[in-house]
Amino acid sequence: MFRLLCAALAMCAAAQAFADQDVSLVIENHRFVPAELRVAAGQKIRIVVDNRDATPEEFESQKLRAEKVIPGKSKGVVMVGPLKPGQYSFYGEFNEKTAQGVLIAE
Amino acid sequence: MLGAAIIVFREVLEAALIIGIIAAATRGLPRRGMWIGSGILLGVGGACVVAALTGFIANLASGMGQEVFNAGVLCVAVAMLAWHNIWMAAHGRELASMARQTGQAVSSGAEPITVLLVVISMAVLREGSEVALFLYGIFAQGGVSAMGMLMGGLLGLAAGVVLGATLYAGLLRIPMRWFFGVTSALILFLAAGMAGQAARLLIQAGYLPALADPLWDSSAWIGQDSVLGSVLHALAGYDAQPTGMHVLVYWVTAILILIGMLREARRPVAA
Repeated sequence: MFRLLCAALAMCAAAQAFADQDVSLVIENHRFVPAELRVAAGQKIRIVVDNRDATPEEFESQKLRAEKVIPGKSKGVVMVGPLKPGQYSFYGEFNEKTAQGVLIAE
Repeated sequence: MLGAAIIVFREVLEAALIIGIIAAATRGLPRRGMWIGSGILLGVGGACVVAALTGFIANLASGMGQEVFNAGVLCVAVAMLAWHNIWMAAHGRELASMARQTGQAVSSGAEPITVLLVVISMAVLREGSEVALFLYGIFAQGGVSAMGMLMGGLLGLAAGVVLGATLYAGLLRIPMRWFFGVTSALILFLAAGMAGQAARLLIQAGYLPALADPLWDSSAWIGQDSVLGSVLHALAGYDAQPTGMHVLVYWVTAILILIGMLREARRPVAA
């Protein structure tokens, strides 16, 4: 049991390695800027979302398996990947009409 | 307005179903109305505090505070649900027969019903903090549309409550013979689903490996965002594109709780 626990902890520590690539994304007037992000496939991506609106937003994507509330006037970090090449749409749940974007892994 | 209703409904749905199941499962326990009510109130209060502290929480654990916090809240709820189910496996039969005989509350119901208070408040806290933030956003924006959005939000909340109440009423119609079996099974899958969600969050934060990503993709059959998908997600932790770790944690939790229940059920009843 103890060895199992140690192995699990070691795995966690290994998995917590930092991202291979950082990208930044701005939310302004309930829109993502840029609305299209290009990243390398097969890498861990760290998306720093800078919400410049006064209102909170929820970055959400089923395909990226991400869901994160970012308060107004602050930054949030979303970890995704490693991704297969392809298109991954994301949106802001609190302002779905305007806050739409896509991440392209290639 | 409809948009706001849908957003709030989606957040409220899960908490409403959990409360519906727990309200049914605690049938016959003394003063459960008070316990459930306090759980909801504590949850709402906690949700407001968490919403106000979102920025602070998010910055913990090198930007992954929100994920870790939510995973922690889920794990507490899983532990409490497991405890409830194992306790029920030991005492459910007496409770069922007593409820049948007297049709009244069982005065000797010694279960620490507080564990379910914690589950309810955790469920409300987690889902409620997002609703609170969303509503705050509406107010911060102000303007003419704010009132309509607020009405929409209330509509979504009402729809969620109706759904939870419907589930509760439906569960109560189950014959006493099957009743505790059904509610225990529901709670078992609820707990496994929550454990899976916690695993998902920890994978997102980079603390757990995904193992296989995704293990399968059933989004063509039951979409994650469809009504059926949302209900299945809330009730049994359905995920259209789960990772291997998610599925592993789900089943390990379910099996561990089941083992605990079977062991308690086999033990001769102590007088």
